Amino acid sequence: MAHRWTNNLTREEITPEPLFMNRRQLIAGAAAGAAVAGLSTRADAQEALEPNPWEDITQYNNFYEFGTGKTDPAAYAGALTTDPWTVTIDGLVEKPGEYSFKDIMAEMTVEERIYRFRCVEAWSMVIPWNGFELADLLEMAGAQPEGKFVRFETLYRPEEMVGQKYRTIDWPYVEGLRMDEALHPLTIMATGIYGKTIPNQNGAPMRLVVPWKYGFKSIKSIVRITVTDEEPVNTWQDLQASEYGFYANVNPEVDHPRWSQATERKVGGGLFSKRVPTLMFNGYAEEVASLYEGMDLRKYY
Amino acid sequence: MTVVDHINAFARRVPTWGLYILCLLPVPWLLYLAQTGGLGREPIKALEHELGEIALQLLIIGLTITPLRRLLGVNLLKFRRALGLLAFTYVALHLLVWLVLDVGILSQIWADILKRPYITIGMVGFILLLPLAVTSNNWSVRKLGAGWRKLHRLSYLAVLLGGAHYIMLTKTWAAEPLLYMAAILGLLALRLPKVRSKQAV
Repeated sequence: MAHRWTNNLTREEITPEPLFMNRRQLIAGAAAGAAVAGLSTRADAQEALEPNPWEDITQYNNFYEFGTGKTDPAAYAGALTTDPWTVTIDGLVEKPGEYSFKDIMAEMTVEERIYRFRCVEAWSMVIPWNGFELADLLEMAGAQPEGKFVRFETLYRPEEMVGQKYRTIDWPYVEGLRMDEALHPLTIMATGIYGKTIPNQNGAPMRLVVPWKYGFKSIKSIVRITVTDEEPVNTWQDLQASEYGFYANVNPEVDHPRWSQATERKVGGGLFSKRVPTLMFNGYAEEVASLYEGMDLRKYY
Repeated sequence: MTVVDHINAFARRVPTWGLYILCLLPVPWLLYLAQTGGLGREPIKALEHELGEIALQLLIIGLTITPLRRLLGVNLLKFRRALGLLAFTYVALHLLVWLVLDVGILSQIWADILKRPYITIGMVGFILLLPLAVTSNNWSVRKLGAGWRKLHRLSYLAVLLGGAHYIMLTKTWAAEPLLYMAAILGLLALRLPKVRSKQAV
């Protein structure tokens, strides 16, 4: 179905001039999505959100599979083979099996989504993703109504992912979403950035993007998607449940036990870049707040 | 002449101001890197971390002076004050970057100092170093007499807090902060009365 949601920023507003020509070569689906976005007249479209340049997005990453330093992923992710790539879709689905990335892409409609990205470490970026709606993929596999949650797994391949040689975390990396979060039109599987194939350090060939949650929920280089009726235990929750929960919704009022989440700093602003207030649900409250109605967000952090 | 004699002879010839200049060189270098992209896409955190790490390294080097002399006969005592003052300078710069460039919001600074244990610990460590920096002159040494040595044992606590501060701020158990802490604990253990008396025998 695709196009369940459109950007509230016009392309002209957010595209840095030198990159614009480059992005004319976007594939048809993305271009169509952007055209719809251009017609958007929503009030918050006026907000001066500028996507970070390619260098910020691709050289400042948390992807512990390649090391814990911010530049480790850019340095070491080149070793990862992303073609061929197979994704196992199993659990409560009508058509379980091993899907090749190419076959998935043949079925999906790729569109451009310009989203805020907020890390739990209190830094942020704006990223022009290209990707398809996760809802479409779940529909393709025939997710069954008993499926209440979706569990995701990152590739485990220590011979290509140097960080996995150390037991920093219990590999493979696992994330999960409630089914209504997974089906939400904002939730996408990103396969590109700035109209280019997504670089390995950003989670090639396919990574989740859930813009109203802290970045660690947006699991990278996915090889397994399981529809389940049990709430998955995600990696960070497993590591330190007092600090990282299952929901991990961006929330300026609920601090990380060791640091404030009230403010954030946009990456790439240099030495004198100021912190700015963090927005509830990372600015997507209008779209997603209803999913959590009646829930104590201090308890379900 | 033994190796130790050579080192001692060399140390006697090196002026302490040389150490000050050498150890302060990273400051302009880091500022240059921060301005030119050499510290990555988020230079504030990087600068803050670099300064903090150098401070911890200098504190640890300062802790090696006494055991080096006692155990190996290497005499670098004349550099100890410089190392302490340099460490204090880096701690102060690290704090300044956090206050001004990193947080920069007064209400959040107070909240962080009071509410975040790793920041509280870091602040306590800095405050402990203040009287040591102030009394690191000949006049204070003479004036305070035996009290000076006692007072300056606060540096042991300060460096412990610095090591703990580093361990507490990482998201996973990282090797580096644990290695720093191991070095600190090892160097402090050499000062325990029991260990000292064994060495004397």
